Amino acid sequence: MKHKVATTVNGHAHEHEVEARLLLVHYLRDVVGLTGTHIGCDTSQCGACTILVDGKAVKSCTMFAVQAEGRNLTTIEGMAKNGELHPIQQAFWDEHGLQCGYCTPGMIMAAAYLLEQNPNPNDEEIRKGLEGNLCRCTGYVNIVKAVQTAAKTMGGATAAARRS
Amino acid sequence: MAITTMIGAKIHRREDPRLVSGEGRFVDDFTRPGTLFLAVVRSPHAHARIKKIDAAEAAKAPGVVAVYTHKDIAKVIAGTMPAAPAFVADKKQVPPRFPIADQEVAYQGEPVAVVLAETRYQASDAANLVDVDYETLPAVMDLDAALDAKSPKTHSGAPDNLCWDLTYIPEDPEAMKGADVVVKQRILQQRLAPTPMEPRGVLAEYSNPDRSMTIWMSSQNPHFIRLFLAGALGMPETRIRIISPDVGGGFGSKISPYSEDYLVPAAAKLSGRPVKWIESRTESLQTTTHGRGQVFDVEAGAKKDGTLVALKVTQYLDVGAYVGTFGAFQACACLLAGGAYNWKHVSTRTVGVLTNRVPTDPYRGAGRPEATHLCERIIDLLAGELRMDPVEIRRKNFITDFPHTSHFGLVYDSGAYEKAMEKAMEIAGYAKLRKEQEEARKQGRYLGIGLSSWIEICGFGPSAATAPATGGLALVESAQVRVFPTGSVTVYVGTHSHGQGHDTTFPQIVADTLGVPYDMIELRHGDTAEGPAFGYGTYGSRSLAVGGMAVHKAAKKVVDKARKLAAHIFEAAEEDVVFDQGQFYVKGSPDKRKAIGEIAFASFGAGLPEGMEHGLEAVAYYDPSNFVWPFGTHIAVVEVDGETGAVDLKRYIAVDDCGNIINPMIVDGQIHGGIAQGIAQALFEEVVYDEENGQMKTGTLTDYLVPTANEFPNFELGRTITPSPTNELGVKGIGEAGTIASSVAVINAICDALSPLGIKHVDMPASPDRLWKQMKEARK
Repeated sequence: MKHKVATTVNGHAHEHEVEARLLLVHYLRDVVGLTGTHIGCDTSQCGACTILVDGKAVKSCTMFAVQAEGRNLTTIEGMAKNGELHPIQQAFWDEHGLQCGYCTPGMIMAAAYLLEQNPNPNDEEIRKGLEGNLCRCTGYVNIVKAVQTAAKTMGGATAAARRS
Repeated sequence: MAITTMIGAKIHRREDPRLVSGEGRFVDDFTRPGTLFLAVVRSPHAHARIKKIDAAEAAKAPGVVAVYTHKDIAKVIAGTMPAAPAFVADKKQVPPRFPIADQEVAYQGEPVAVVLAETRYQASDAANLVDVDYETLPAVMDLDAALDAKSPKTHSGAPDNLCWDLTYIPEDPEAMKGADVVVKQRILQQRLAPTPMEPRGVLAEYSNPDRSMTIWMSSQNPHFIRLFLAGALGMPETRIRIISPDVGGGFGSKISPYSEDYLVPAAAKLSGRPVKWIESRTESLQTTTHGRGQVFDVEAGAKKDGTLVALKVTQYLDVGAYVGTFGAFQACACLLAGGAYNWKHVSTRTVGVLTNRVPTDPYRGAGRPEATHLCERIIDLLAGELRMDPVEIRRKNFITDFPHTSHFGLVYDSGAYEKAMEKAMEIAGYAKLRKEQEEARKQGRYLGIGLSSWIEICGFGPSAATAPATGGLALVESAQVRVFPTGSVTVYVGTHSHGQGHDTTFPQIVADTLGVPYDMIELRHGDTAEGPAFGYGTYGSRSLAVGGMAVHKAAKKVVDKARKLAAHIFEAAEEDVVFDQGQFYVKGSPDKRKAIGEIAFASFGAGLPEGMEHGLEAVAYYDPSNFVWPFGTHIAVVEVDGETGAVDLKRYIAVDDCGNIINPMIVDGQIHGGIAQGIAQALFEEVVYDEENGQMKTGTLTDYLVPTANEFPNFELGRTITPSPTNELGVKGIGEAGTIASSVAVINAICDALSPLGIKHVDMPASPDRLWKQMKEARK
């Protein structure tokens, strides 16, 4: 039996009929066709599938697509605006915060939520905040640096916005 | 002639914008119209006889198109899966391995049947409905027991479980006699699961009218896979195209061909539809080849003043149920066992043992982390016996003259081992750390400092050495440099980048060699339909020293041709034409210049010199004259909790020397990741099987502990630069260095921390429960 599910993904409305057991991550990848959200495990450890659900970081393998009914979803594809990388994406590039790039979308989404909650995290808070996301390439050194850099640019941007 | 504005520059990676945007393209991101999904039915037993397979119910399940077993696959796949000689040319036995089991399964996870269905979920559902009747057989698990004549056998009917027994240098009974102190230690190297974040995956599409196969696959070396598949499928290589797109990490585990690499194309051929299989993480932990899995018996002697005398090593290698394609490569631990030191005598022997576990194969470092670990451990044990500082025993015995010919006839190209150690000590503040340790000990705290002075053989490699090891194909490397009429350049390489940043670094080399702006140079790799006839892939820290040199060589061939044409245009003698920063001029007339782009345009025009062909492009195969030998010293500082056994890794310092550097940012990134993987082995990761029945106990990432950001400190890096005399770029390799060095730096630090308790050795992973038990025992 199929169920209707209506979601907003990166600002666009979607309506589909899906199986009740379809995982949200498979919905995004196979139904909506956004493959930037990756799958790296079967047990919700790796965080490669992290997205924002109503602004909150969620491992999209831990939700069924039907549970996303009426929700506002943001995936990695929704981060850049008007052809400009989001400051976190830019910081990952600038600080060499990725190598193979497979964990990167999930890591960036987790970082976005972390910075939303704590705009000026210290090294320890970043490491703690990203412990739901595994990276096998970087030893996390430059990921931590990238989040610090992003915090600076985003803080700067906010401050500038406040001034103007 | 070359300009050096790009080589050595910190250039941000050009592959990153797509990867940070979710626009990378990994295997599972590709699909073809009408694609079927394949699920593998795997043996739940480590060792069993297959009595009957009943697929009737699965075949009737919703969406199922076909269920194939051995008899079906055998119609389209011939022969057995390859096992290269590697470092053990003569093996006692190589159990024949077919991609799918026929009558017997020899490890948990071995494929027994495949199910094809319209969706992933349907394939997975139906796989559970395939009813296989097994008769379980005893599982061979323990290495010592496996070598007993009375042991059950890994494969029914096999004479024993001995895969190989090779002595590289025999023991000299006189050798140890000159030693004042002798230490002996058994050192364990637990099995590790490589765990790239992207699991393996294969998508295959067969065109019946064209009799051609296109395969998208997560691979480190698509050309090798094509070679193996051509033989197995009975197709010419020209009709098989393998595309290895963005690949989410490999670490050695995506080198060898796997069962699914054959089963998916076979299923595509049998079903007439495109077929996709994506590995689950549990399948990855269970069936992707493991690394390490070794036991070393080590004995070493030294004189009272610390001079090293003799080293004796026996390696017992858990081969697994079948010989991994490059499984015997790990025996190179025996050839590197002497490390960075002068020993009067070294003797080594490797023993390969078959067990009912998944095969072992290269994993980041492959044999070299094991060599470094045993050597640096035994050096510390000797220092302990002699009451010498670990720094002093190293300093006293470092090899200092290069090129240095080892006991095994290997020639270390260049090195400055003490310099690297001094620099690491300086960054660490070594003397101050020792004082802090003294204070900590007074307070009853267990603070430890561990050193690892590592060396590495890499850059595989010279044809004379590597062709016999693969069974015929030398591990040289190819590149093609193609200049277009308007002066832009495409470079095709046979190496494959899956995080290493070749899209950025190889154009840096070409930019300097050709003098063409970096932004006008594109790199292509990972598609067997492009570039030279064969590419050898990325592993063994070879891509720069071999592949980068092939790129450099091809670019120089282009310059040579361009120079001839420039001379013709200038109406000058070729030897009078100067090439400087991408421009040609005649000696004495530097004002009248032609850029290489202009020469490129002319090469497609009329009026070429007699006998010159049109176009400006070149293919080069580079065969290095030697391996390359990076080195360095790492220092770990730990504090062990005397109550719980928990290890706090407080600092980690690494000074590495990989010769000349193309892009320092990428080099540092490789070191960071490598260090993390070695620390992961030292403290967290271990593949655990039930020792009785061979069931894997670490089948998810809940149980197999890949560390998170929260488990590491920041790493403090430094470097020295000692160019390699082996190649014109003076480069070595850096992909594996961090992993080779780091496990033993951490373990030496832990042993140092616990030495007041009389603990001399700790095995890996140094988990809290292991240390707690050891401390409890020591305090008795």
